[in-house]
Amino acid sequence: MGGLLRDAWVLARKDLALEVRTRTGIVSAVVFTALVLTVFNFGRDPTAVAVIDLAPSILWVTFTFAGVLSLNRAFQLELENQALEGLLVSPIDRRSLYLGKLCANLVFLLLVEAVGLPMFALFFNVAVLKVLLPLAGLIVLATVGFVAVGTLLSALVIRVRFAELMLPVLLLPFLIPPLIGAVQVTARLFSGRPLSEVVGWLKLLLAYDIVFVSLATLLFPATVDE
Amino acid sequence: MLWAEGVRHSFGAVPALEDVTFTLPAGHTLALFGPNGAGKTTLLKVLAGLIRPRAGRAGVAGGRGAIGWIGHQSLLYGQLTVRENLRFWGALYRVRPEVRESRLATLAGRLDLGPFLDRRVATLSRGQGQRAAVARALIHDPTVLLLDEPFTGLDRVAASELSELVRGFAGAGDGRATILVTHNVDEGTDLATDIGILKAGRLVELAPRGTRTAREVGERYRRAVS
Repeated sequence: MGGLLRDAWVLARKDLALEVRTRTGIVSAVVFTALVLTVFNFGRDPTAVAVIDLAPSILWVTFTFAGVLSLNRAFQLELENQALEGLLVSPIDRRSLYLGKLCANLVFLLLVEAVGLPMFALFFNVAVLKVLLPLAGLIVLATVGFVAVGTLLSALVIRVRFAELMLPVLLLPFLIPPLIGAVQVTARLFSGRPLSEVVGWLKLLLAYDIVFVSLATLLFPATVDE
Repeated sequence: MLWAEGVRHSFGAVPALEDVTFTLPAGHTLALFGPNGAGKTTLLKVLAGLIRPRAGRAGVAGGRGAIGWIGHQSLLYGQLTVRENLRFWGALYRVRPEVRESRLATLAGRLDLGPFLDRRVATLSRGQGQRAAVARALIHDPTVLLLDEPFTGLDRVAASELSELVRGFAGAGDGRATILVTHNVDEGTDLATDIGILKAGRLVELAPRGTRTAREVGERYRRAVS
């Protein structure tokens, strides 16, 4: 287990070093987040529906789209000079490759969300600071499940033509349960309701994370073997 | 050292390998020739554990950790420097940091990597990239070298340098074995102690040292392809 996690960390550190070096992924995802929020901001009628009713959905739809964009690049990195072949010849356990990608994607997407959240608060005038701690916890909880499924599917589509189109088509149906949960909890947080009202949704998110991280770790070797 | 026993594989309905059986003892270098689509790369991938054959067994003494893999792509990350790449691959093969650094220095000297050790791989020429790829393949001191058309795209000087490196690897000790897949009959026959010819997935010729001169088989193949 120690070796598995150690190899995963070596791989995650390499992915993050590549991102720090190029910054193309993070800049694209942040700009994309800003654009989606801008479109939502100007594309709604403020007199028809109250911001507080729309804001949770807008927040999570934005994070979902930015996440899909980010996950597309996860295995693209490995296609350059056929590095993936090198990884698969190396003696590492295939599962550590998945866990490394999961870790790097998680850090990457949480960074995008950390930049996106203040933009969201600014655009929609939502008092995010008052609920920052539980909201941050919720974002981490929902993002883990999102990235767990997304990392597995991005490996699955990497050798397929039109991978950029295939990933959202395959991924979005899996994201419906955590997305509903995240929107429900966010809505309660923004309207100042106690967290005890959404314990069920939080349990669902936690269960989703545990099930999909475990399942994806087990299934991943089959997706990369020829 | 390396063996294949009744290996069969197909891609869908297209057969790639048909009952391939051979052993390559330590101290030998096998040059594997064959027309495009003969199954040469597939055989290397089966030996390296990249492809699980439909039937039969194949492997390398010491498992995947004993293999150094050189393809016609460098398997290096373009946005990392040569040094960063070598450190990453060394860590992945669990080479201890102090051994890794010492080996990195030795390889840099032997392969003349010094002038571009701290340059990003994306900025290197094809020949420089191939030298870095050789260093990557040797950073964990493998006992088996698998080379898949490594001379592709190299000029005469770079190809000759690469030949010397392969010769150096094979001559470094009796416990080593090499398989070289190439279309370059001159380079292949010069380097090899054994010559094999794959045709439509079948190993139609294998000339081990002592039974028939490898050069004779090489000559016959040269005539066949010219």
